[in-house]
Amino acid sequence: MQEAVIKTDKLTKRFGDFIAVNEITFEVYKGEIFGFLGANGAGKTTAMRMLTGLSAPTSGTASVAGFDVYKQTENIKKNIGYMSQKFSLYEDLTVVENFEFYGGIYGLSKKQIKNKSDALIEGLKLQKEAKKLVIDLPLGWKQKLAFSVAIFHDPKIVFLDEPTGGVDPLARRQFWDLIYTASEKGITVFVTTHYMDEAEYCNRISIMVDGKIAALDSPENLKKQFNVQSMDEVFYQLARGAKRSE
Amino acid sequence: MKQFFSFVKKEFRHVLRDRRVLLILFGMPVVQVLLFGFALTNEVKNTKIVIADYAKDEVSQQIITKIDASHYFDIEKNVLSNKQIETAFKEGKIKAALVFPAGFGENLSHGNKAQLQIIADATDINMSNQITAYLTAIILDYQQQNQLSKIPYQIIPEMRMLYNPQLKGAPNFVPGVMAMVLLLICVMMTAIAIVKEKETGTMEVLLVSPMKPWTIIVSKAAPYLILSLIDLIAILLLSVYILQVPVNGNIFLLLAESTLFILTCLMLGILISIQTSSQEIAMLISLVGMMMPTMMLSGFMFPTENMPYPLQLISNILPSKWYYIIVKTVMIKGAGFSAVWKETLILAGITMLLFFVSLKKFKIRLQ
Repeated sequence: MQEAVIKTDKLTKRFGDFIAVNEITFEVYKGEIFGFLGANGAGKTTAMRMLTGLSAPTSGTASVAGFDVYKQTENIKKNIGYMSQKFSLYEDLTVVENFEFYGGIYGLSKKQIKNKSDALIEGLKLQKEAKKLVIDLPLGWKQKLAFSVAIFHDPKIVFLDEPTGGVDPLARRQFWDLIYTASEKGITVFVTTHYMDEAEYCNRISIMVDGKIAALDSPENLKKQFNVQSMDEVFYQLARGAKRSE
Repeated sequence: MKQFFSFVKKEFRHVLRDRRVLLILFGMPVVQVLLFGFALTNEVKNTKIVIADYAKDEVSQQIITKIDASHYFDIEKNVLSNKQIETAFKEGKIKAALVFPAGFGENLSHGNKAQLQIIADATDINMSNQITAYLTAIILDYQQQNQLSKIPYQIIPEMRMLYNPQLKGAPNFVPGVMAMVLLLICVMMTAIAIVKEKETGTMEVLLVSPMKPWTIIVSKAAPYLILSLIDLIAILLLSVYILQVPVNGNIFLLLAESTLFILTCLMLGILISIQTSSQEIAMLISLVGMMMPTMMLSGFMFPTENMPYPLQLISNILPSKWYYIIVKTVMIKGAGFSAVWKETLILAGITMLLFFVSLKKFKIRLQ
């Protein structure tokens, strides 16, 4: 039996009359790569904000890394990493300084930070760029670094909000190699994306339509279920019925 | 604490790496102090005047020499007719003229009473007021010196003006510049620094981190507290050594009051940053909402007492007004805490109020 690290039950968020997230129920297992799909405005970001402790749910229950999203957000925050779609590095700091800062705010010791950042720089083959300002690096590299920063403190779960926007397929593929490596280490990856080829890389995916989860399974099963060849078509069939759009 | 120090270190890196920020932080106070201290004063210095001496006696010559010797006036030339005076004014060469009527010295020694005329270019009202005041002062000074020789002289200048005994414009400007620079740095820079994190998306990542939201805000503001204290000391050094405006009161009291004002400003900056989402808006609010009222209404440029009642009310809620009064009282007049406790209390009250408002707004924002 797989261990669930994220569990939600009828999790709901209302803003006045508007139900952004409507009774979603799902589980994410330890070490899996969970794709969280949906059209713009479907409620992905709101759901993710509730799970990361940024926003309190209106009703329903949820636990992340074993902690309650209502009362134990501080514990949740210690056990998760997060990479926003705007990517989250300080461009006027160098690569190493970014590591130092994020290591520092997660309470890592100087020695831990030094060891980890040395290992990461070697792993990413960034020795030459370590002292460069982040602003001078190509976007693909920035995203890889932002991911490394998000898992710098060895979180149990890492949330990625559309992490690969704006880069070429090759850079995206390389980014996913990093995700696989993290997943092999036992870090659960919760990722939202617009790219259907990326959806294929996930172990399981959920597709949100109008605040509800319309489908949840592995990419293969979903394709069988909808009797189509690609995830694109699955997504199209589901999203077509959506009433909400941006 | 460790989180806090990592944060402060990072914040200093931001500041030290951005040349524009550095320029605003350290260039601006220097420029403002020098500008207000030298260029923008309405102090009388080397003002050109002409003198029509119809008397040509010993007393008039002595007064002319005394005026010429002061660095406030340069005697352009001696003229002999009223017409020449008018021409000189029209050509814009001079700002004032002094007329000794015939028999000036004689009247003084026989009748113990003599009149002379000061004519000033009143197109610039402030300037003409100042000039007549300075000329009058010099003449009265002459009169007093000669009374020591027991001759009861009385010279009556036609203009009678109040006299600024220090003959300096700078003392009025230094407290104002201090209030303005601190306001600008603390409010605008803090607001921009926080809003910048929102814009670049790093704020989201910080909020997801175990750092408590308030720790984030405090660590964000702390470097600016340190930087403004450095600026404050720089302004004081400039004013003491370059503008020759000494700190007459207790320097520690002045620093403590300034720290209180800095805290007020940081709170304002934080409040603005919570309410806005773009750097431009944060800057606009800081400039239009904070700088303008401070310049216009805090008493720094125009005395608040002469304002219409509604404007006086507005000026009362400006923290800079109270700080301006405190600095003037402590630094220039040399008074102690007992003279400014009321203003201090008001400032502290405003700070607390801002603190609670932003705390509340911040919590709402997070939900």
